Amino acid sequence: MFVTSAFAQESAPSADTSHAATGGDTHSGTGVPAEAHGTFPPFNPETFPSQLLWLAITFGLFYLFLKRVVMPRVGGIIDVRNDRISQDLDQAAKLKGEADAAVAAYEQELAEAKKNANAIGQQANDAAKAEAETVRKKIEASLDEKLGEAEARIASIKANAMKEVGSIAEDTASAIVEALVGGKASKAEIAAAVKSVAG
Amino acid sequence: MAADKVDPIHQFHINKLIPIEIGGYDLSFTNSALFMVATVVVAAAFLFLTTSSRSLVPGRLQSVSEMAYEFVGNMLRDAAGTQGMKFFPFVFSLFMFVLVANLLGLFPYFFTVTSHIIVTFGLAALVIGTVVVYGFMKHGFGFLKLFVPHGVPVFLLPLVVLIEVISFVSRPVSLSVRLFANMLAGHITLKVFSGFVVSLSALGAVGVAGSILPLAMAVALTALELLVAFLQAYVFAVLTCMYLNDALHPGH
Repeated sequence: MFVTSAFAQESAPSADTSHAATGGDTHSGTGVPAEAHGTFPPFNPETFPSQLLWLAITFGLFYLFLKRVVMPRVGGIIDVRNDRISQDLDQAAKLKGEADAAVAAYEQELAEAKKNANAIGQQANDAAKAEAETVRKKIEASLDEKLGEAEARIASIKANAMKEVGSIAEDTASAIVEALVGGKASKAEIAAAVKSVAG
Repeated sequence: MAADKVDPIHQFHINKLIPIEIGGYDLSFTNSALFMVATVVVAAAFLFLTTSSRSLVPGRLQSVSEMAYEFVGNMLRDAAGTQGMKFFPFVFSLFMFVLVANLLGLFPYFFTVTSHIIVTFGLAALVIGTVVVYGFMKHGFGFLKLFVPHGVPVFLLPLVVLIEVISFVSRPVSLSVRLFANMLAGHITLKVFSGFVVSLSALGAVGVAGSILPLAMAVALTALELLVAFLQAYVFAVLTCMYLNDALHPGH
């Protein structure tokens, strides 16, 4: 890119014919002397009026265009955006407030529910305890009853057994007497003898 | 090739495209005027077309236009305060004009409008003229307080005022010469290095190998010139803002 541009720009002044074709007619038309090229172009005062005029025209139009058209538009775009952003921020803040309120309400409800749950639990616990107590008492009572019954039965069985022990001893004694003595002892005698031994 | 000598000055020549002469003044439409028109058309068309959709979420090109707008706006607000915003169109026009003129000048074969001292001086004179006219309009003779800093001993005052006046008068000169010299020097350097490439590659294989170095230099310089093109437009706009601040608040 630079090679070609430099090459071409360099060749322009050296190629006299092309230079004359491009610049020659304008030079002859306005009578600018050839030695104008001798001075450093930016310091050539002959070009000053033209440059100042065209600078004034172009810059003036540019200024007016920017001031009237471009800047209100760009400023408008930026203002609209800033408005929109602040609006969105406001809305976000509002929504955040709502969300915070919802969270607070939720937590309050949660706390209430916890309290209720505790109360219900306590109640259920108490009820269960009371029920268990009554059941226990009932069972204890029935157990006591059964125990009494059983003791009574044991006592009666024991009494019966003791009674039978007497008759068994009498039978045994009569059998022994029969075997040893060979005579029959009377029941009354044997009973008296057993009673005296037992007593 | 009759002359292999590269003429780095050739690119600054002004050729008349449409000769116009009024009242003895040569007011021809030249290649310089053509590129002023091109600068204005390119800059205006870019700003106009990229913002035509007025998107809430800007595209890439619309972002560029908005960035330029806000960049200059912030620059002016920082330097001259909110009162300075009445000069926003002026500073924005200056910045865009100088920037686009500098950038267009980087294209091969293109004429660089800002490489002519009279153009940069015209713009600088416009800036200083605005400062002086607005300063006197707003503050009357109070504007002259600009040259009298606070807290200077009385016996030093004449000297300080003289220095202040000289510094004020040299502003349009420094403003215009800075831009002009940067563009001129950059383009001459670029042309000289590109010329080395051509001259060396004409020497055969060794020359072509040797021309790699100046070619690399030319590429690097182009990048540098791109930076300079932007930087000088920025410097021009920043200094304009600071001078306008003097017009708005002449007491230091």
